[in-house]
Order: sequence, then C-alpha cells, then structure tokens
Amino acid sequence: MLKTSIRGLPRPLRAKTQQSRRSFATVTDTPVRRYGGLKDQDRIFTNAFCKHDHGIKGAKSRGDWHRTKDILNKGDAWIIQTMKDSGLRGRGGAGFPSGLKWSFMNKPNWQDDKRPRYLVVNADEGEPGTCKDREIMRGDPHKLVEGCLVAGRGMNANAAYIYIRGEFYQEASHVQQAINEAYADGLLGPNACGSGYAFDVYLHRGAGAYICGEETALIESLEGKQGKPRLKPPFPADVGLFGCPTTVANVETVSVAPTICRRGGAWFASFGRERNQGTKLFCISGHVNNPCVVEEEMSIPLRELIDKHCGGVIGGWDNLLGIIPGGCSVPVLNQQKSGEVLMDYDSLKDAGSGLGTGAVIVMDKSTDIVSAIARFSQFYKHESCGQCTPCREGTTWMMNMMNRMVTGRAHVREIDMLLEITKQVEGRTICALGDAAAWPIQGLMKNFRPEVEARIAAFRASEGAVGFGGHLSTQIDSTLAIPDNLGLRLPA
Amino acid sequence: MFARLPRQLSQRALATRRSISSTCSRRSDALFVHRDTPYNNPKIPFEFDAPNLKRAEEIIKRYPPQYKKAAVIPLLDLGQRQNKGWTSISVMNYVARLLEMPPMRVYEVATFYTMFNREPIGENFVQVCTTTPCALRGSGEILKTVCNELGGIKPGETTKDGKFTVIEVECQGACSNAPMLVIGDDFYEDLTPESTKSILGAFAKGQKPKPGPQSGRQTSENAAGLTTLTTKPYGPGEFCLPEFQ
Repeated sequence: MLKTSIRGLPRPLRAKTQQSRRSFATVTDTPVRRYGGLKDQDRIFTNAFCKHDHGIKGAKSRGDWHRTKDILNKGDAWIIQTMKDSGLRGRGGAGFPSGLKWSFMNKPNWQDDKRPRYLVVNADEGEPGTCKDREIMRGDPHKLVEGCLVAGRGMNANAAYIYIRGEFYQEASHVQQAINEAYADGLLGPNACGSGYAFDVYLHRGAGAYICGEETALIESLEGKQGKPRLKPPFPADVGLFGCPTTVANVETVSVAPTICRRGGAWFASFGRERNQGTKLFCISGHVNNPCVVEEEMSIPLRELIDKHCGGVIGGWDNLLGIIPGGCSVPVLNQQKSGEVLMDYDSLKDAGSGLGTGAVIVMDKSTDIVSAIARFSQFYKHESCGQCTPCREGTTWMMNMMNRMVTGRAHVREIDMLLEITKQVEGRTICALGDAAAWPIQGLMKNFRPEVEARIAAFRASEGAVGFGGHLSTQIDSTLAIPDNLGLRLPA
Repeated sequence: MFARLPRQLSQRALATRRSISSTCSRRSDALFVHRDTPYNNPKIPFEFDAPNLKRAEEIIKRYPPQYKKAAVIPLLDLGQRQNKGWTSISVMNYVARLLEMPPMRVYEVATFYTMFNREPIGENFVQVCTTTPCALRGSGEILKTVCNELGGIKPGETTKDGKFTVIEVECQGACSNAPMLVIGDDFYEDLTPESTKSILGAFAKGQKPKPGPQSGRQTSENAAGLTTLTTKPYGPGEFCLPEFQ
C-alpha cells in the first residue's frame, strides 16, 4: 500500500518521504577531535630548557639508556617496523616517512656488501627561524647519542657522524661530553650496551655554511670539500659518505627514536592527524609576547600554539600581519589563513605553505613585510653555493629586485618579471635551495601583492616614472636615444 | 646603466676616463684571491703547538685512514684558534701538509666557509645576526648600538686599538632568543641596546660577561612562566611498553 503510494509521487519527493521514515535513527556526527594540549608525561624532550643535568646521570634519571640493550636485540626489522607504525616523518623539513627511509639501507643481500655503512646526523641547523635542534643538543644530548645507536642498529650502520654547525660551540661541547660519557660507560664502542653490536659515534663541526644542511652537501662537507650538493641518483643510501651506504637524518628524528621504541609506535601515532602523527618541537620567533621553543602535539592549530605558549601576538591577534609557519623557505600566510591552519604537513601544504622545520616566524602589523622577505633574498644570495647557474645568478637577481621593491623603485610590471625569475629558478637546480629562495617571494606576491603595488605607485608619484631595473626617467639624459624596452614610457 | 651617468657627462668624457687596466667590481663580501702581504705570506712559519697537535691527531682518528682529508675543516678551525682567530696562508699550507692533500683543496675549503677569516681580526670578534627573525625583534638597532659603541666603525671593520671586529652575520640559530650577537664562541641573546652596551663595556675591560639570554630567562623557555615541563620529568621505564619497563 505504502509502496504504491510512493511510486505515484515524483522522484524528489519520494526520497524525502523515505528520509522522513528514518526518524528513529540515532546516528550522531563523529566527535571533532581537537589537537594540542600535550601532557608533560607525553613529552619526549623533558630537559629542553636545560633545567636539569644534561650529563649521563641526569639523562639516565630521565629514562635515557633504559634497557637500550633490549631494543638493540630486537633487531633491525623490529626497529624499522616500530618507526613505520609510529608514522614518524622526517623533522628536517621534507617530511619523508622515516621508517621507509631507514629501510632503504637494508636492501636484500645487504650483508654481501662489505663497505662500511654510516648514519649521518644533520645538526647543521641554519634555517632562519629554526632553533629546535639546539635545545635538544644542549639539554638532551644523550637522547641524540642513544638515538644514533638505535637508528644505526635499525639501518645496520657501523658508525654515526653528527655534523653540527660550527657556530654551536656550547652545543657541540655538550654532545661531545655525552659521547665521551657513553663510551666510558660502555654504551658505545665494540660492544654497545652489552648487546654485541659494534657502533661508534663521532662529532664533526662545520664552519658556517647554510647549504651544508642539504644532505648531499653535508656529505661533501664531511668529506672535507666545499659543501656543494651532489646530483641524485645515486642516492646516499647507495653511494654516500666516503662512497659507502649512508642515511642522513635530522637531529629531532633521530632523538625521538629510542623513546618511540620504548613506548611503542602506537603511542607516538596517537598524537596528531592521520599521516601527520607524533609530537614535535616548535620554535616561535618574531612578534609574539614570549618567543619560545615548545614541544607540542602535531596538528595543533597555529593560533592555539601562539596564544597558549607564547602569550599571543604582540598587540593581539588582530594586529597580526602574517606568519611564516616553517622557517624561511616556506611561503608566508596571511592573517586569515593563519587563523585556520593546523600545524602539520598536510594542512599547511593545502594552505599553500609548508611545515618545514616547524619554525614559526610571526609578523605583526608594524612589520615591513617587503623588507622582511627582501632580507631572506639577501640570505639566500649569501648562502647559495654557486654550483648551479639558475640559483647563483637567480638569487642575486631576486635580491636586487626585492631590494628595489622595498622602496618601490620598480615598474609595476617587474612584479611579474620577478615571479617569472622565481619560476625559472624553481625546480631547475640540483638542490632545493633554489626552490627555497623562490618560495618566500612567491608567497609575498600571492598574499601581499597590493602592498608592493602601493609602494611602487607611491614611489612613482613622488619620483616620476620608473623604468625596468629601477631607472628613473628624471635621471635619463634626454639627448640620448632611449630604447623603448626600458619601460620608461610605459603607463603605470 | 643610463641612470648612473650624470647628465652633463658626454660620451667623449666617458671614453677618456676609462683606462685599459680597469678591474671588475668586487661583488663578493670577501676577496677570494690571496695576495702576499707582510703579515700574510707563505714564508711566515706556522705549526701546531703540542696540545693542538694532540687534538689534531685525535680528530684525524675519527675518519677512515684513506680519508684523512675529511679532517680539514676541524683542523683549519684549530689552526685559526691558534693563529689569533684568523686563517693565514701558512695555516692552510700547514694543514695541507699534515693531511697530505694538495694545498689548493685546502684553499677551496677555507674560502667556501664563512667561519674562516682570511684577514686578521680584533681580539673580540663580534658577530651580529641581522636575518629576518632577529630583524623583527630589532637587530638593526643592536647593530647600530654596537657600531656606535665601538667608535663609529662599520660592519666588517676593526677598531683602531685592535680590540673589536664587528661583522653582520646570517642566522645563528637562536631565533627564539632574538636579537642576539656572538662574541668569540659565546651567544648573547635577548639583547636590548642597554645590555649590548654593558656587554661590550665588559669586554673592553677584559672581563667576560655571562653568555646566554640577558633578559633573565635561562634558555628559550616562555619568559612569562613555563607553559610546559612544569612537572618532574618521568623516570626510567615509566609509561613504557611492558617489555621495556
């Protein structure tokens, strides 16, 4: 009876009546999970602020080197599977799944390869805004040294080199102290922790080159050469340091490994969103009331991170101009987007930026945003190694143009020319420094183009027409034949 | 190109002013070629003293024997420390001899890395970070204060008494403690113009003020009170899997 009556109805209505019949349904919306609010008991770096002893005694009392022998005896497959289960992604910026990366070292029949195998820890922390590894090396150096051993066991490495930037003198001495203490205690050496596994850890200090943070440049530098990136392939897992299989990993990635092994991959994976699991050290700098370094859950909303741990933006959230969420290599976010994003790889990627190293640079309305980005261009010009032409020449061009944009001494068409340069540099270099130099400028033009245009217009209003390359029409000798392609006669 | 020419300068005047032996403009922040000078030439002897030689041997042992040259950066650093803070051509040659590598390979390294000074520097090497995170917190003012305090020298110059050299450097990795400067090996963080003046004053008197944040906080914690790590750190085996407890 009911059936026939429904059949008589027109289609949309039929659906409606069917829906109305489901009135007893008890389905509720899935609860929205809020991220952030990590408890102290779930923090890995318990001595990040150097409040306690960083030596071996203090480290052991905080749970380091606890039954490391048992972890080592579980074998490489177990360690790598735990890393895969934990969902840990590389903390150095690229965000490559760590378990997968480490497993590249254990190819089938790797035992037949008689070359030594190395783990290289990238402690060349030089990205403007980033100061997280420094706190690990000052406060928890034993976590790093133990991490070298556990990660090294996972990839069957014979030795680890910790490449620490030359400027970090105090940090290097803390790490060296930790290494010496570990050797004295039998935790490293031919019979590491009594497990029968031989492992050495060495410290190597760099000498001030940002580019040595790139993995192949770091290997070159460690070999005693100029830090100029290598072409890949061959990847370091095949031919790396001293021609041997090598894996380069960030300090934070390596340091969290022992704790993950002891507390289980599922524990680490319980924080943060799917594919972005874990806890992370965030370093907040710039215009916040109390800049600090803090370990928080992944996927914490950016605004909550700043309000909760840094006392908010100077002058309140409404005084915010923009935020660079992941160190100077990622594009800037405007105020509206800053309020929406979560601090993880995927959310920031969707917002047109990136998590990078988790270095949050906050800029309030008093900031000269153009000059801030121009300073980054200067940084990249200074740090370009000079190996590939697009980067060597491009960074200089970008710096020169950005410096003119600060005062507005440019033609408005040059904004697009500048963007074209960034596109020509991006993806055409051996390493990612070219990309990193291009992205801040692209982010600036994407989010703050009206500001740049206003400056150009203001400069033109006060100084007269400006041609390409910053030539002022007032300074041009009118007796000379001026070609049209200088842009001097173009309208604004 | 046209903008740089003053209006009254005619084409002929330009032609007469250009000499044949004009050199190209200096584009880099440091000259990359070496010219023998009375204070920097290969004839000046240099050798590691006994403690440094011991340290050097220890460093060389860290690397595979056939890759001794991997020690070139640490050894140049050691040599620079012994040679009053700068790497002369003699230091480079000595390191090359010690590591059995062609001198040119050492020169390549010494010119590539910014921490090797190839010109003499003052007793106290003041490096002010001016990259964006520090610039946002007022490093421009700090740099101005430093330059004024040291008698109006410019970045890259040494004071007349040879006590201070000031340079601008790129990010030193202490961004949460911005603005900051480095003197020798020590970081001085959370600076204000006043604290900068007192630090420089202390160094001028030959004292060494306490490195680290000058604002009263210990490291990079929240200055208004801890928001994390307020409880006692957990001990060995706590919260671990049953098999690791």
